[in-house]
Amino acid sequence: MASYSTNEFRSGLKVLLDGDPCIMLDNEFVKPGKGQAFNRVKLRNLMTNRVWERTFKSGESLEAADVIDQDMEYLYTDGEFWHFMLTDGSFEQYPADAKAVGDTVKWLKEQDVYTVTLYNGAPLTVTPPNFVELEVVDTDPGMKGDTAQGGSKPATLSTGAVVNVPLFITIGEVLKVDTRSGEYVSRVKSS
Amino acid sequence: MTETPVWQPSASQAALESRAQQLAFVRGFFASRKVMEVETPVLARHGVTDLNLDGVSADVSAVGQRGGWLQTSPEYHMKRLLAAGSGPIYQVSKVFRNGERGRRHNPEFSLLEWYRVGFDDIELMAEVSDLVCGWLDCPRPRQRSYRDAVKAWANFDPFEISDHDLARICEQWLEPEQLAGLGRDGCLDLVMSFAVEPNLGRGHPEFITGYPASQAALARVSRVDGHDMAHRFELYIDGLELCNGYWELADANEQRQRFEADNRLRRRSGKPEMTVDEAFLAAMAAGLPDCAGVALGLDRLLMLKLGAEDISEVLAFPFERA
Repeated sequence: MASYSTNEFRSGLKVLLDGDPCIMLDNEFVKPGKGQAFNRVKLRNLMTNRVWERTFKSGESLEAADVIDQDMEYLYTDGEFWHFMLTDGSFEQYPADAKAVGDTVKWLKEQDVYTVTLYNGAPLTVTPPNFVELEVVDTDPGMKGDTAQGGSKPATLSTGAVVNVPLFITIGEVLKVDTRSGEYVSRVKSS
Repeated sequence: MTETPVWQPSASQAALESRAQQLAFVRGFFASRKVMEVETPVLARHGVTDLNLDGVSADVSAVGQRGGWLQTSPEYHMKRLLAAGSGPIYQVSKVFRNGERGRRHNPEFSLLEWYRVGFDDIELMAEVSDLVCGWLDCPRPRQRSYRDAVKAWANFDPFEISDHDLARICEQWLEPEQLAGLGRDGCLDLVMSFAVEPNLGRGHPEFITGYPASQAALARVSRVDGHDMAHRFELYIDGLELCNGYWELADANEQRQRFEADNRLRRRSGKPEMTVDEAFLAAMAAGLPDCAGVALGLDRLLMLKLGAEDISEVLAFPFERA
C-alpha cells in the first residue's frame, strides 16, 4: 500500500488514520527557526464524518486510503441495499447499505446520477448532486392569487422528502431542490 | 492526473513594487552604514550538518567534481570572507530548504544576512531594530528571554523541567509513540511552535534571547543563572519569526565538535550524514574576527509590511507555480 510522507501532505489527500479512511481538509506546516518541523493537519473521518486535528513530525507518514469517487446511476432498492451502477459503460453494479446511503436516501431518484465514494471497493458514502428535480406527490391545495410573496407549506416529493414550498405549488409539479440545504429553489417547466 | 499550470504571479502588482522598494531600502540602509555588499555561491560543494535543515542537492559535474548543494544560508562563505579580512558585509541571496512549504515557508526564499565585526548580540539587535523599524515604521522591539517567554505562554521553566514532565505536556499534541523519537529539543520546539510563538510580538515586536545551549547552532554560549544559554536572538512581530542572529562562535574546535554532534543526531534519526565543510573550519581556525551576524527573511518582512497572511501573496511564483 502506498503511503504519503509529511512533505506530500495537502488538502484532498485520502489517508488511513487509526484504521479509518480520512480526507485531509487542511495542512499547516510549522517550523521554529532552527528547530523540528511539524504538520498540523485537519482531517475528516469518512466513516463518522467527524473532524480530527492531528500533529505529525516531519518525516512521518500516513498510509494512503483506497478511496475513490465514482459517478453512478441509482437503479433500485431491495429494502436492504440500494443498487448503483457505474456510468462508465462497464455496467458494474454496487450495493450500498443504509449507512452508506444515509440522508441521501430522501433524494434518490431512479436513473439519476450520484457520487458514490468507494472504500476498498465498497460504497462508503453516497452524495447527491447539489440540485435535484423531483415531483410533488402531496401538498395542501394551491391558493389563488398568491404567487409572489409570503407563506409556505410542506410538500412531499416522490422520494419521500418533505420540503417547504410557496403556497401556489400544486400536486404533480416538478420542483428544483437544493440538496445541501433541503430548500425549494424553483418550479421546473414541464416539457 | 494533470494539473493546469497557472502562469500568472500569485503576488499583486503592488506587492511586486513593494518588494522592489524594500530591496532599495535595504541597500540604502547598508550603504549609509558602510557595510559592503557581497555575493557568495548559492551552489556549493557542501551542505549543512544541521539536524533540522535539509538542503536541496544538486547533481553538478565539473572539473572532476560531482554533486553539490543549494545553500540553506550564505553563512559559511560569508564567514570565510570575514576571516579573510572583508570587514562588515551583507548579502541578499536566494536560499533553499527542502520540504518546507506552508503559509510562511517556501522551499526557495530571499534571505538578508549580515555580519558586524566587533559587535555582540546586543549591539546587533539594535541595528536589526533600526532596519526593521525603519522599513515597517513599528515600535522598537522589546527583549524577552526564551525562558520567560516559555514560562509566560506554556507555564513551565524550559531549563528546569524534567524530560518526563516535558513529554507529558507534549501529549496534548502528539501520541506517546510519536514522542518517543522526538528528544528534549524536539519537545521544546513543539511547545514553541504551538503554545509560544503564536503569541510572540503581538502588538509590540519582541526579541527572544537566551536560547538553551543545545539550540545554539553557531552562537557562543554563556553561563547565566546556572544554565548554559546561547547568544542567539530571534525577532517576532505578530507571531511571525523574522530573523535569527548570533554572537558568533569563533572557536574552530568547538565548531567541529558541534558538526560531529549534529551528524550523530542525523545518524540516529535516519538522515544521511553531511560532509563537514573543511574550508569553513579552516577559515575559523585561521581566525574569524569577533563578530555578530543575523539572517533575516525578506519575504516575511514584506508580509509584515503588506499585512499578508500567506507568503504566496508576496512571492511572484511560489513553488507550485515556479
